[in-house]
Amino acid sequence: MADSAPLICKDIHKTFDQLEVLKGISLETKKGDVVSLIGSSGSGKSTFLRCINMLETPTSGDIIVHGDPIRFTTNRKGERIPADNKQVELIRARLSMVFQSFNLWSHMTVLENIIEAPIHVLKVPRKEAIERAEAYLEKVGIYERKDYYPAQMSGGQQQRAAIARALAMEPEVMLFDEPTSALDPELVGEVLKVMQNLAEEGRTMIVVTHEMSFARDVSSQVLFLHQGVIEEQGTPDKVFDNPDSERMKQFLAPKF
Amino acid sequence: MIDLKGYGPALLDGAVVTIELAFFSLALALVLGLIGASAKLSKSRVAIGIATTYTTLIRGVPDLVMMLLFYYGGQVAVNNLSDYLYDAYDIDFFFQFDPFISGVITIGLIFGAYMAETFRGAFLAVESGQIEAARAYGFSRWRTFHRIILPQMLRHALPGIGNNWQVLLKTTALVSIIGLTDMVRVAEEAAKAERMPFHFFIPVAFVYLSLTAGSELFIKWLNKRANIGVVQGS
Repeated sequence: MADSAPLICKDIHKTFDQLEVLKGISLETKKGDVVSLIGSSGSGKSTFLRCINMLETPTSGDIIVHGDPIRFTTNRKGERIPADNKQVELIRARLSMVFQSFNLWSHMTVLENIIEAPIHVLKVPRKEAIERAEAYLEKVGIYERKDYYPAQMSGGQQQRAAIARALAMEPEVMLFDEPTSALDPELVGEVLKVMQNLAEEGRTMIVVTHEMSFARDVSSQVLFLHQGVIEEQGTPDKVFDNPDSERMKQFLAPKF
Repeated sequence: MIDLKGYGPALLDGAVVTIELAFFSLALALVLGLIGASAKLSKSRVAIGIATTYTTLIRGVPDLVMMLLFYYGGQVAVNNLSDYLYDAYDIDFFFQFDPFISGVITIGLIFGAYMAETFRGAFLAVESGQIEAARAYGFSRWRTFHRIILPQMLRHALPGIGNNWQVLLKTTALVSIIGLTDMVRVAEEAAKAERMPFHFFIPVAFVYLSLTAGSELFIKWLNKRANIGVVQGS
């Protein structure tokens, strides 16, 4: 399965109570793809990202990670649930996520945060996990902060630590949920720079973002979501310079 | 040194009983508190109902009444059960309600209810993002609980646990009423016999004070450890 797509999502629907948030989203990635999900708040882009690693269970549709489809079943109430929690845990370990509010574990140092999942979930020997963690900390430029606790660092440093935590899983796909939205404007750049380097290394990334310049310059594929459907999809050139959809044109229009 | 008129060793034994009683009760209260809090936060309506009844009932009835109810009522219940089992099934089953066990059960049950509330609040205080990150990295439910939720919950629960512990320690004095020879009971007998209440009760008060003061220091130290990584507001 070496050449199979890292991630395929087929016709994902998600309904919360009565509200249909996703109305059939499909996505296919190739290795090294950087997919930007853009759209206004409430368009469903974050929900879609959270469906990919099953933080939300899609109401219908399939998710296939490297040829391995997630299996579902129905519970007594008729809700769709994962058939095998172990399978979901294994798949999550292959898709690491970077959150808007970092979500570094506050009672652990940066280094402990990074080695936690490799040691306990991937069963990497401790020594190797530490070496790996230090290498990734070096890469995101905060090696000297490895013994700090998250609360002792700036937002930008915390998010870079969170990216190192994601990298340490050596994931097949990295999921970014608005990684710069909680940052002060002057700290956005350092995080975007790290992400751009990752993209250039050929990592497969799916990024929910409001940073239009990142979507345009770094991604290979852009999806514009509006009210739970894909309104516009294609290369950044196509989506930004020559969109078919009226909504996309409005979205891009200068606001003032 | 104060002359304890030969009651010194008995008082010391009583102090040991007090401390034992407090520790066993604390252990029971912590277990009951964790179970109670988990039940209250569970999705099962039955579990929520039972836990809510438990905490409401216990917190609404005076400690002394509960203790009398358990000690005297408990023995009557055991007697009745014993008679019934003997008559109906020919089973010979009996035990005497020991004041120490009654004390531990009563105090454990009472403080279990308070601990349940402390733990419930502490669980709710753990940020959902912390748990979500654990799930997103493939943690099992158990691993999420004991690596992320438990250490972070304890940070929030410690001040409440410390508070409950201090009140619990003082509540143990009530067991002297149901006949347990703790420090208070010995002092009371000595004070009556010697007609010297100050002479015996003041040292007892000092023992309690030093126990609570000592635990306060210990809890402070625990708190400091648990709050590693938290930036305190200046």
